[in-house]
Amino acid sequence: MDNADIGSQPGAAACGRRDGVCHKLLTSRQAVERYVKPGCTLAVGGFTINRNPMALVHEIVRQRISDLHLVAHSNGQALDVLVGGGCVSCVEVAYAGNGRFAPSCIRFRRAVERGELAVEDYSNYQMSLRFLAGALNVPFVPTKSGLGTDLVAKQGFSAELRRRRRLPRQKVIVSSDPFHHGANDVVLLPALNPDVTLIHAQYVGDDGTVRIKGLTFADLEEVKAASAVVVSCEQIVPRRWLRQDPDQNSLPGFMVDAYVLAPWGAHPTACHYFYDYDPAHLKYYAQAAKDEERWAAYLAEWVYGLDGHEAYVDKVGGTALMRIAADRARGFAPGLDRR
Amino acid sequence: MAFSTLPPYSAREMMAIAAGRLISNGDILFAGTGVAMLAACVAKHIHAPRSVVLVETGGIDPTLTELPLAVADPRVMDEAALNSGLIDSFSIIGHRKLHTVAFLGAAQIDRYGNLNSTCLGDYHRPRVRFSGSGGACDAGSLAGSFIVFIHHGRNKFVERLDYLTTPGWLEGGDSRTAAGFPRGGPLAVVSDLGVLKFAEPGKEMYLAEYYPGVTPQQVAEHTGFALDVSRAREAAPPGADELRILREEIDPQRLILG
Repeated sequence: MDNADIGSQPGAAACGRRDGVCHKLLTSRQAVERYVKPGCTLAVGGFTINRNPMALVHEIVRQRISDLHLVAHSNGQALDVLVGGGCVSCVEVAYAGNGRFAPSCIRFRRAVERGELAVEDYSNYQMSLRFLAGALNVPFVPTKSGLGTDLVAKQGFSAELRRRRRLPRQKVIVSSDPFHHGANDVVLLPALNPDVTLIHAQYVGDDGTVRIKGLTFADLEEVKAASAVVVSCEQIVPRRWLRQDPDQNSLPGFMVDAYVLAPWGAHPTACHYFYDYDPAHLKYYAQAAKDEERWAAYLAEWVYGLDGHEAYVDKVGGTALMRIAADRARGFAPGLDRR
Repeated sequence: MAFSTLPPYSAREMMAIAAGRLISNGDILFAGTGVAMLAACVAKHIHAPRSVVLVETGGIDPTLTELPLAVADPRVMDEAALNSGLIDSFSIIGHRKLHTVAFLGAAQIDRYGNLNSTCLGDYHRPRVRFSGSGGACDAGSLAGSFIVFIHHGRNKFVERLDYLTTPGWLEGGDSRTAAGFPRGGPLAVVSDLGVLKFAEPGKEMYLAEYYPGVTPQQVAEHTGFALDVSRAREAAPPGADELRILREEIDPQRLILG
């Protein structure tokens, strides 16, 4: 798909419009080239092993985009591939893990222990609130979470890095509540406005409306906080179908800068009602990530050696995809062998 | 840590069941991953069927017919009351009207129940880097109370944490309130040797229960700070029903039980 002219994509055919929406339909190669610049601040949607925008993430690694500043709550798989692919030089993060498949993300852990990655630690709620503050266009947001902890006391980024990246001078500020007297301290968290946010959704309408099924994590805050937004999706559907039930929709089309049709685009993470996470691939990934040679081979085989997402899906293969295909009633693959 | 005489159940089974017994019907349980998720399922399926489970990703009151392996596992969305997002979930955990109990794991714990899940060694150049807080700091800050799962060892029950990720009783006494928290704090620690609680008014950890086959002295020897074991009594072993439901209904693939 990535080599083809956009007009030959199935999504473009389904679109059938030329009035300001279809021009946003890009291939993953085009979308990453246009919106993910070296050195930019990047947020990715999803959470650990669910709905990570992996087709776009693989494309970032394939294009060898470097020096990214990743801002993340718990973007397990996407974070680890981006770090392991050498794309990230600093990260603000709450959690780098993949549940039972990698209690700590392996390439992330190695990069930190070797001093190759600057890390600023926050919590999940703190990062979500920081995206919300960015979305609301206010400079900071208070919370009670983290008082008395090293999340508040210890600053990970150096003053030099903060200056160079034009970040707030301090990580957080503990302040008394200006409205009430007494010992009512709060933690003030600086807002986040990523240069670009990438998310993966189940449906995009041919008018650009986005519908996310299942948990939304902090995707919507990340989108609204960003300067540019790219949404990859399982299916592009007629606008009339999404507009029959607007309660189910997540974002209006005008909030989004580019759409990418990428079926199975969250693999090996899950996409509710389409497929489960792929336990076999996540285990294989964890084994590869532990060893330098095997890790280089993994990247060569699964990212650099493939010319785009269709080649990736071909490589995953029909049997593996059938095993994780979701039960339409329950949204995942009941009885999937997860050992 | 092995039991001195091998009982017909594993340490993880005992931990999950011991934690389940601490839960009251009607509690709202915030579950992390691993043994914490297993224990929340045990509480809901065995000890407190009217309790409600929620996860930080936004899954509110899922039915949990299959065991989730991460808090973003699609199994936390199955037949839930609603599927929302992180901010919704944390607003419930911290809700002033609700009795919320968080189940958390950690790499290190100190005598006041403060937790480290970030790193060992210097923060800027750690010897070992872990996942980081995730929602643990938030749950420890905001929930009505929390229960910790951690294996016993002098390198885990330490005099001083390498990094304080999640606030427990901070420096003991009323220091948690003084820091600005209106509520919360650790209720109990469930290890592979026993159940530990926090004494009033200083909030120092003491041994409340030791498992069958374990002695209070063994627990003290595996704790890296002075531990009061004078009030400890032996825990009841897992009942046949508790073990059957845990093994056959909750984790039949032994995904977390191992």
